[in-house]
Parts: sequence; structure tokens; C-alpha cells
Amino acid sequence: MANELSRKKMLGVLGAAAAASTLTECAPAQQSPSSAGTSPAPPLAAGSPAASGSGASAPALGNQPEAYVFFTAPERAFVEAAVDRLIPPDDLGPGGKEAGVAYYIDQQLNGAFGYGARMYRQGPFAPGVPEQGPQSPLNPREVYRLGIAAADDHCRKTYGGKAFADLTAAQMDATLSGLEKGTVNFDAVPATAFFEALYANTIEGFFADPLYGGNRNMAGWKLVGFPGVAAAYIGVIESYNQPYVAAPVGIADEQQQMNAMNDGHQPLHALAMQMNIHAEAGKR
Amino acid sequence: MPAATKMKPVDVVTIGFGWTAAIVAAELTKAGVSVLSLERGEFRDTDPDFAVPSIHDELAYNQRLKLFQDASRDTYTLRNDRSQGALPIRQFGSFLPGDGVGGAGVHWNGVTWRFLPWDFQTRSQSIARYGAGILGDDCYSQDWNITYDELEPYYDRFEKVAAVGGKAGNLRGQKIAGGNVFEGRRSNEYPNPAMKTQYSGSLFRDAAHGLGYHPFPQPSANSTAPYKNYYGITTGVCVYCGYCERFGCEMYAKASPQVTILPFLKKSPHFELRTNARVLRVELDSSGKKATGVTYLDSQGREIFQPAASVFVTSFVLNNIRMLLLSKIGKPYDPASGTGVVGRNYAYQVNTGATAFFRDGKIFNNFMGSGAVGIVIDDFNGDNFDHSSLGFIGGADISQSTTGWRPIVNHPVPAGTPRWGAQWKKAAAHYYNRAFSMNAQGGVQAYRGNYCDLDPTYRDINGQPLMRITFDWGHHEHKQSAFMSGIHAKVIKSLGATDSTISQLPKHYSVVPYQSTHNTGGTIMGNNRETSVVNKYGQTWDVSNVFVTGAGLFPQNAGYNPTGTVGALTFHTAEAFVKQYLKHQEPLA
Repeated sequence: MANELSRKKMLGVLGAAAAASTLTECAPAQQSPSSAGTSPAPPLAAGSPAASGSGASAPALGNQPEAYVFFTAPERAFVEAAVDRLIPPDDLGPGGKEAGVAYYIDQQLNGAFGYGARMYRQGPFAPGVPEQGPQSPLNPREVYRLGIAAADDHCRKTYGGKAFADLTAAQMDATLSGLEKGTVNFDAVPATAFFEALYANTIEGFFADPLYGGNRNMAGWKLVGFPGVAAAYIGVIESYNQPYVAAPVGIADEQQQMNAMNDGHQPLHALAMQMNIHAEAGKR
Repeated sequence: MPAATKMKPVDVVTIGFGWTAAIVAAELTKAGVSVLSLERGEFRDTDPDFAVPSIHDELAYNQRLKLFQDASRDTYTLRNDRSQGALPIRQFGSFLPGDGVGGAGVHWNGVTWRFLPWDFQTRSQSIARYGAGILGDDCYSQDWNITYDELEPYYDRFEKVAAVGGKAGNLRGQKIAGGNVFEGRRSNEYPNPAMKTQYSGSLFRDAAHGLGYHPFPQPSANSTAPYKNYYGITTGVCVYCGYCERFGCEMYAKASPQVTILPFLKKSPHFELRTNARVLRVELDSSGKKATGVTYLDSQGREIFQPAASVFVTSFVLNNIRMLLLSKIGKPYDPASGTGVVGRNYAYQVNTGATAFFRDGKIFNNFMGSGAVGIVIDDFNGDNFDHSSLGFIGGADISQSTTGWRPIVNHPVPAGTPRWGAQWKKAAAHYYNRAFSMNAQGGVQAYRGNYCDLDPTYRDINGQPLMRITFDWGHHEHKQSAFMSGIHAKVIKSLGATDSTISQLPKHYSVVPYQSTHNTGGTIMGNNRETSVVNKYGQTWDVSNVFVTGAGLFPQNAGYNPTGTVGALTFHTAEAFVKQYLKHQEPLA
């Protein structure tokens, strides 16, 4: 029946990229539960409604030109070192630096976010109380530029002329902790505000879609077991306490996958519409 | 001052095009009334704006707030009390006003409640049961001047527009186990079946049941089956993709004005939608008692006068209050004297959250989810429980709902875990899929000191004053939140969680963390012009051809999401306009 076919096709497209990515990598957090106790039932197959998918694998996205545009070389060194302490590399997977988090932050600062394009930036400026939210006249670019300079300056004074990137891991952690707790302070920008910006953007860069330059090789998604954007779980949401094993899929993967398996013509929303119309016709 | 360009007159102009404007336009154009909607934002529709995979972008939609009001153009100022200087909210956090066609009806979760009969009679029922002292002198909560029974047919209608799925707990007076046995009498079962239940929801349900509570599936406008709605439009089906709140829906499944009403309006010769049209003010005649139309800026910044026989103020709560203040409709509220009405009884939502962690043996897959999937108990909402010894009124719905654990925002770790570093990484990896959260969504009472007015200092991009919000938690909210923490603790114990966190309500309200976009009040309804802005039909007391819709009409807020009640009130208003106002263009009350 047309409606069944359309429905299948619709769910197929949604789950396709996941189904097609029959990689051996799985989410470690799900694949190997640390508990030996109640061993869950066999893993759910990702995209099971569309197991008949084309099997075409998404083209690799490597070899893209990549260059820092906002950070200067010393700033880059600072941020790469800092994100690798906030999210250190270990046996669970890559750290912030390898995951492209510093590059992600650079790219964000070079765009609308960095310029504070959607922040209200009119004066007068007053500190207010914390409940009134950040009141700084600085945009994120300025917060980083001033914050990194001040933090490096602080490190040089504290650690015999060494910049942050040249410190030991323990010294870096002590420095970051000082910024976080406000035991270190700067004149040009509050140290805590600089730390919170760096922290929030680091988390973003580790977990955002890889198209933004971070979460490289989906390191963040693999760490926690997030399957990414090929999301259609109607067939499995009531399969309780079973690991969902899927190599994660990003927006770029799925866009290319959809183009490939959908004859490159029919947009997904058209399929969705068809499915509704046919299902409706079948029902009444 | 009249604008340079004057357009052809229309019968009705709506300011904004979200849920309420869509309902007003549909119901009025059906009766042959010409309706023009002026929407400040852009045109958006399922096709192509919400298409996958691009819509599944947590950074763009969740963090950078792609669908929301641009704070650089237009924001609000805030202070906790009148002794403080108000400062602008420079980036949105606590609440997120929508923008563009569909408004908040695009980015909402789809949770669609009916308020309890008690909610409409908060003041009189509380005093009757507990005595006058229960409210406190500063509490301005009042009765709505409309009852649940009066609104019931309109709730029913909105549910049939939004393809709401659920399970009735009170069908024509018969209590049904498995539904919400506390709800008011329903004339019909929900149009669609309830949503599926996710694993964490099933555990919450079992725990709640074991404690003697009454769990039921959360009413949802994430359509569970193709449904031909009130306007003859068929919805899609939710696939539990986990990208709902703050996102548009690619599946035609989450009810929105686009999915459920706009296709109907597009066929009407009486309807027009103009986007990128920012209304500056409602224009009044020399008497100040009749509106003549609205002045707006078009996409090129040209000032245009749009004559209209009636004006519907149908934008977001906060912007509706501001529109009345800017247009000098109704007397602004003055907290010093307690007189005036516009901006009075501004309220909000108080959330008390909890997270349960399970070290071993349970996998939740909470990246699967939808805006409204979940299990709820209503045992501690409204006046469903005895408040005699509690010192507060009202309550909260307590739910285990899973809107989709996208990882930038959702990677909880047990208390005591460092925020970063190797220990954090290990805990985040382990617990991402071994934890779930619960929330008590509480009502907020109205107080003399919580209100909105025009800011004396800060201005928007067009030079108009920003609106100033003066708001803080009151004694009812602090006591309520502490009480809800206790319920969370019981549920968590029953669940057998190995770790847990339960949020504590901070002393003062903060605009920083996201809490809720359920802002209410400021244009409240009531039975007289001294304590309300509009009558029960949403008609302003002072300018009889100006109507206001939305949650601004709530005299105080209930422990529920507002959209079901907003929809019902709008149908009630639209029907009164067509059946009564069109015949005698006079005050309806």
C-alpha cells in the first residue's frame, strides 16, 4: 500500500544514515556497561525500521581547509591547552584539543556569536546584581582577547615567566581553578566571566554537531553514546533497558546520505507530507 | 502622529501571528470578517524551514536561539524589587519569547493541559477552605471571572485543533483510572491516543503508583496518529526524535499554527498575512476610547498606518503588555497606590527539579523523546491536596518527561563531581545514559510588588522604551518549592536511585538560567475595570474595539503549561466577537 511504502520510506530516510553506518565503533558508555549485574537484552539495531536502506556510506568529510582566523598564535596555544585540561584526553577518548574544541571556539568568535550580534548592547552599563544577568559591555571576542592576555600575564608573574600553555598540567589546573573560583582576578575582565565563557564554549565545542568544527570524529557524541541527528525512535522507544547501538551521524552525513538514497530529488518534507496524506486516506 | 502611508482598511488586524492570532483569524474569516495579521518576524513553515537534518542542530536552535526574539533589537529590563535599578536582559536565559510566523507555537513542547476548576477560583476557594489568612496581605491572586465549565467546550475545540493525545480521567463525571482523576469534567476523550511511555517514565509511573499517587500520560500535542483536525487538516505522526523544545517539527506532528491552521487560512479570501511588519502602537481616536488601527514598520523601515475596525493584541504576553502601555490603553498599574491595571499581577512558573542517577543496571536512552512524552502526577497540584498546615496555596504537576537529551545541555553528573577534568569526563560518560530528571512545575501567585511597566532608561532599536519587569518569588513559591522537594525525595527513594540531586529555589528570581517561557498576567481578565484590564471575553475595559489574547489574561499562574488554556480562552473570545460583538459593537460585559 502506498501509505505503508511512504511511511517506510520516510522512516527509512530518517534512520538511513545510522543504518548505513555499519561501523564497528559503538558508544562505549552503552556498549560496555560497567555493571556485571542485570545484563540488558541484546542491543537494538539502529534505524531498524529501514534496515533495507541502500547501504551507501556517506562520503568522508576530511581534508577540509582549516585555519584559525580569530586567535593569534599565543591565544591559540592558550585555548588549545585550556580545553585539553577542561576535557583531558584519556582512555575514554580524545580530549578537547583533539576534538577540535579550540578551533570550534575560534570559528564561533569569528561570527555573529563572537560579535554579540544577538546581545542587547546599549548603555548605560551598570554591574547590577547577579540575578540581572551579565551586564558587561564586552562581546565574546573581547572577553577572550582580554581574558587570555590577563590570564597569561598572571601565569608569567606566578610561574617564573611562563605562559599558560607552558605550564605543567597541575599548574594549568590550579590556574583554571583560580579563574573559576575568582581567587584570581583581572582588571580588564572579571576572571570568572572569562572562565565561564571558556567553559560554556568548550562544552558546546565538544558536543555540538561536527559541522561547526568541534566534536571532531564525533568524539563527544561517542563518549556519552549520543547517536546524533538521524533520529526516529518510534519503533524502539518502548524497548526498555536495552542499549541502542549506533555509530553517531552528523548533519553533513545525513544531508549527503539523503541526497544519495533519495534519488537526489525528493525533499524529506515531501515524503512526510505523502506519508500523512496516504495514511489518512487509508484510515478513513 | 499619522504615518505617511495609509493602507486599505480591514475589519480586524492582529498584532503578531502565533497560536492566538491563527485561531482568531480562522474563526473570524469563517464568519466573513476580513483579518490581516501583522507579524514582526519572518515567514516559516515546515517545508522547507524545519526540514531534517538541518533542524536537528542543538547549537543553532538550542544555544544560539535561532527561532527566538533577537535581544539586540528588543529585550526587557529586570529588577527583583522596586528598590533596585532595573537593567536590561542582555541575552535571554530565564524565558525565551518566540519570533516569526507561528511564534511560540513553533518552538513549544506541545504539553497541552486544561487547568483545574480550582485554578479559576483561586482566591474564593482558598479563602472558603482555609480562611482569609492563607493568601497573605500582599497576595493579589484573584478569581478569573470565568469557570472551568464555561471554558470546557473551548478546551475541547482546541484539543481538536492541536490533535492532542492523552487519556481522560474524568469523562462526563465518570472517574477513569489511568487518566488524570483530578481533572475537571471532560465532554470527550482526547482526540488522539496517549503517547508511548519511555523507560524512565515507566519507572516513575511505577514508583508513583507504589506511593499511592495517580500517574497518567502527559497530554500531548505531539500527534500520536494521523488526525484530521477541526479545520480539516491532517497531522503527521511523532517519531520521538528528541528535537522538540526550541526546534520546529519536521514531521507535521507537533501542533503549530503552521501545521494545524495556516493551510485552512491560506484558502480564505478574507485573510492576509504580512511578515516583517513590526507594530509600533495601536492608534486611538481623539476620545481615546476607540482604536482606529495600528502603525507599523515594514521590512524597509517605512512607517505605515493600517486602519482597522478592531484590533486584536495577539503577540507574546510581555509584548502584549508593552503594546497596551505604549498605546496608552488602560491605566498603568502603580504598586505604590495599588491602583491601575496594565502590568498588574505579572506572574511566572516555579520549577523544582530533581535528577535520579543509577550507577548500574539501567539504560534509559533518553536521547529518544518528544516535547510532551512523559508521565505525570497531579496529586499535588491546585487544591488536590490539603494545604491546612502548609502555609501556601496552589501546587505543581510533577512529571517525568523526556524532551530529548541532546548532549550540550544534558550530561548530568552526581553532586560532588567536579565541573571539568578527568573525573567530570568519566562521570559524564557513565551517567549520560543512566540518569533521568523529574520536574515539579508550580503555579505562581500574584503579588502587589510583581508587575510590568515601561522602563525609564532603556530603549529598543526603534527608540521605544523597553518594558521593565519587577519580579521576585513570593512566600507561596518558596514554601511550595520546599514541599515539592520533599515529594521528589520520596519518589527518588522509591525508585532506588543510587544518587540524586534536588534543586532548591534560590532566594531571588534570576534571569540567567532557563526556567520557563510561561510568563503570565499583566493584561489580566476579571469582573471590573479596577482590578483587571479585560473582561471575560478579552475585550479591554477602556477601548471596546481592542481585544487581548494569551496568558497575559491569567490573573495568576497555575501549575501547568499555559497553551491549552490560552487556546480555550481564544476560542471563547472569537466566538463572542462573532456572535455578539459584530451585532452590537459595544462592551460585551
